[in-house]
Parts: sequence; C-alpha cells; structure tokens
Amino acid sequence: MAVELKMGKATRDAFGVALREAGSTNPDIVVVDGDVNNSTRTEWFAQEFPERFINVGIAESNLVGIGAGLAACGKLPVIASFACFIMCNGYDQLRMSIAFPNLNVKVVGSHAGISIGEDGPSQMAIEDVALALGLPTFSVIVPADEPSTHKAVAAMLEAAGPAYMRVGRPDVPMVYGDDPEFTLGKANELRSGNDITLIANGLMVAAALEAAHALAEDGVEARVLDMHTVRPLDVEAVTRASRETGKIVVAEEHLVQGGLGSVVAMVAVEHAPCAMAFVGVENTYAESGDAAALLQKYGLTAQHIVAKARSLL
Amino acid sequence: MGATMKMSIEELEEQARIIRRDIITCTTIAGSGHPSSSLSGVEIMAALYFGGIMQFDPANPQWEERDRLIMSKGHASPLLYVVLAHAGYFSTDLLPTLRQIESPLEGHPNMSRLPGVEASTGSLGQGLSIGLGHAFAALIDKRDSHVFVILGDGEQDEGQIWEAAMTAAHYNLDNVTAIVDHNKAQQTGWVRDVLDYAPLADKWRAFQWDVQEIDGHDLATVATALQRAKATEGRPSCIIAHTVKGKGVSFVEADYSYHGKALTEEEEQRALEELGWQ
Repeated sequence: MAVELKMGKATRDAFGVALREAGSTNPDIVVVDGDVNNSTRTEWFAQEFPERFINVGIAESNLVGIGAGLAACGKLPVIASFACFIMCNGYDQLRMSIAFPNLNVKVVGSHAGISIGEDGPSQMAIEDVALALGLPTFSVIVPADEPSTHKAVAAMLEAAGPAYMRVGRPDVPMVYGDDPEFTLGKANELRSGNDITLIANGLMVAAALEAAHALAEDGVEARVLDMHTVRPLDVEAVTRASRETGKIVVAEEHLVQGGLGSVVAMVAVEHAPCAMAFVGVENTYAESGDAAALLQKYGLTAQHIVAKARSLL
Repeated sequence: MGATMKMSIEELEEQARIIRRDIITCTTIAGSGHPSSSLSGVEIMAALYFGGIMQFDPANPQWEERDRLIMSKGHASPLLYVVLAHAGYFSTDLLPTLRQIESPLEGHPNMSRLPGVEASTGSLGQGLSIGLGHAFAALIDKRDSHVFVILGDGEQDEGQIWEAAMTAAHYNLDNVTAIVDHNKAQQTGWVRDVLDYAPLADKWRAFQWDVQEIDGHDLATVATALQRAKATEGRPSCIIAHTVKGKGVSFVEADYSYHGKALTEEEEQRALEELGWQ
C-alpha cells in the first residue's frame, strides 16, 4: 500500500514566509540578496522591511562579505541566493570572513539538488552540504518539508553562530502536520521499526517514508529518521539505530560523497559499526528535465531506497 | 565616550618613526612576516589613529559609535598591531610575541583574539565588502561611524574589490573610505609587470567614487585627504596613496623581493640606523 502524503509548498516558500514572520519580531534581521529574491522568496521580507533589505546584484563574494560586516555590528544577517552560487562563488568569503571569525550569519541556499529540473546542472547544487561541512563553525540544516522548514528557520535564527540552510525549488509532500517538533541537532523519528533504519533529509525524507511502507508489505519494519541537521549530527540517534536495527540506508539529494551519508557513516563506524548503504547522486552531474524524471534517472526515489535496503537484508 | 588622539605633524612624524622601528623589530624577532608591506602604510595609519581622524576608544573596543579600520591587506598585520598597541588597545609588550604559538598576534589578523581588530583578513579582496557591511549597519542604525578600509595595490587584482566598489557607489555609501596603499610592488614583482591595471584612479572614478591621489608619506597631505574623504557626501571616497614599499629602509625600498621576508638581525641594525635609532 502506498503512503498518501499531502502535498505542501516548496521549502523555499516556507523559508520566505518564516523569514518575513521573524522580521516583525526581530528588528536585527537584515536580508542580503544576490538579485534572486523572487526565486529565494526573500522578496516577501523585502516587501515588508525594505529598510532592512539589500540587493547587492549578482555578486555573491561581495554578498557574503557584507553579511560578515553586518554581523560584526550586531545585526542578524540572512544572506541568500541559489545554493550553488552562494556556496561555490562565495566559498572563500564564507571561510575567511564568516566561518573563521565565527560570525552570526545565516546562509540560505535555495534551488538545491537536482529537483530544480529544467534549468539544468549549472543551477543544481549537489555539493553544497559537503562545502558547508568544510566550514567547521557552521551548523548545517536540510529541512524536509513546508511545516518543518518553518520551524527550522525560527530555530536557526534563534541559535548562535553561523549556519547554512538548504531549501528546494519544487513543492514537496508534507511528512509533518502543522506544528512539528523541531530541535536543531535532534533527529525526528517518523516511523518506528527495528529491522532497518532509513536516514534521510530534504525531499528524500518523503521517499524514505514511502520506501518504509513498501518494505512493510514484505514484513520488514523500517525505522525512518528525518536527519534535518547534518551538523551537529544526532550521534545518539545514529548509534541507537545502528545497535537496534543493525542496518542503515542513508538517502540525500546530494553527491553521495561528503554529505549526510558520509557523516552518518563516520559516526556509525566510530560508535556502533553496522551494514550500510547510500542513496545519492553517484559521481556525476545531472541534466535538464522534468524533476520527477530526473529523480528517477539519477537514483533518488523510494524504489532506489527499497533496493538498497533489500541489499542489506 | 570615544577618544580622538590628535597629534601635531611633528609629533606624528616621531610617532611614524616609532611605528617603523617596532614593525622592523617585531618581524625580525618573529623571523618572518611582511615588514615592507607594513612600512608603506605607516603614515596612513598614523594619521588615522593619531592625527585626529578616527573616533575610537581603546577602553571600549566595541563602542558602537566608533569609526572602523579594516586592514584588508592582512599581511600588513605588523603595522596594524604596532598601531593598535600604541593606541592603547593592548600592551606593546605583546609585540615581540608576533607569530608565536599562543600569541593573539597571528601572522594575519584574527578579530576573535585581539581587541581593535575589526575583521579577520588575509585572503585578499575581502575587506572592502566587510567594510560595506559595517557601513550598511551604521545607516540602518543611523550612526555616524565612518569605515576606513586599507587595500593593497596587488589586491586590486581581486574581482571582489570591484563588486564592492559598484555596490558602495550604487548605495551612495559616503561613510566608506577605501585607501589604496599604492606601493607599486607585489609578491613576485612590480605591479605594472605582474598585472598592469593602470590607470587606477580612472578606474575608481569610473566606478563613481570620489578619488584623491596623494603622496602617502606626507603626513599633512594624508591627514587633509582623510578629513576630506570623511566629510565627502553622497558617494564613497577612494584615496590612492602613492607610497614606497619598505619606506624608510633604503635597501628594502630598492628590492621588491623583500616581500614576505623579515630582516636579519644585521639588516635590522642597518635599518634602525637609517631611521635614526642608533
């Protein structure tokens, strides 16, 4: 039996709404944009708080540096562009101007992953989480759906220190109800089970839930963890999953190396080794096309998770 | 409350001589560092901190209304440290610990470890953007703070400088002054041979900045130019300060290959003699 998840809005939409809400309660928030505010949804903040919104044009290095200066003056800058542009074009600035001095800047990358579809590989961030993990003072957050992104934005703004949040372009199914529990660094168990654990983030959480239901038809009870925070990682949840289920599949819309799978594997190896398999983009760039077709072609669906899970059973 | 130190030109000249001595001494003790890149900016920094230009309070380094100095050419950290120490941010006793483990006087400035350092720099091209962030924050908070950013002339090669230059002009950030320490030399040669970007002043003018070209070693000229830059309204200011790399030490002035090299003890003695210290 297939799971019926209600469609929600895109995580970028939830980010835009949550940011505008935060703007009315926190006068320190200043948003800096690289001329993509109608894509990242920071335009909703800009419409309400024009005096706290700066569009620097298509200049991500400068954008990141301005964020650093604002934070040094006690502002709470939220700097946003497409994930691939802000992370790749602005990386040295993220490292030198923000991460090294540990400044309280919130970096949001939209249009992450291959699910942006037709615009193609030049716009698809498949390495952004790996890059963010290369900035040792950064928290790294990859929310799954509309309701949890809303909570994640609030939690990120509340927490001290630099953070990277990745959000996506397409509408995604809701894996949560209206008011989910959300604590940075604490995985959410969406389904219990002791035969295998499926760990995912971003839009792969919905796929993991669907995979778990497919496995259940064969009598395999899969635990599903939404690992929305890649750093700090919920070491306890990974260790427990490994000990109690003995098998873990990690799924993410990102290169299979350097992202969630890598950090989960490291924790498992150190604390409680178990059999593992990984679902992600395998050492390639994708191509233009319909999002669903791309996810199918590049191995990022519930069926792919099921196949990896079966390889461990 | 902020304090402004205002010395006479004669006092500033003596202060500059002290700063040069300490730059040479601390880098020679460290056995590495960039004394020549530091020596070219001495008059600029002396005028800013001791010539009545900047509002600051060493007893309260985070005083909100302060003016900011960002050393974008982070390899001139000895110049920054010596000036901050003499301005009262920390003891001059720290200067001999430059570049040693556990010392907050790192090879390049680390704002987390030393009061008075407004930005961590050392990867070139980034200081002006950081300065713009300070300038935007001042605008939002309706503060009078002025932001001075010292750029290297080799650093002009970096594209980020020009992104920031466009943004500052677009937003009429008249609370920003960029000072180019135009000492004509960079790591592997003369600027004109490595990447000839002349005409520099025309470039900044084309980017809609108010531009002054000055002798960066004449203290009266430097102080006047900084005053004018601070008072300029409606657009950001750029001062292209013509300087000499290694200024004050003849054998360093003549040889760009001193970039990134401390003087030996024997060279240090000769340098201090030239500066009238022995």
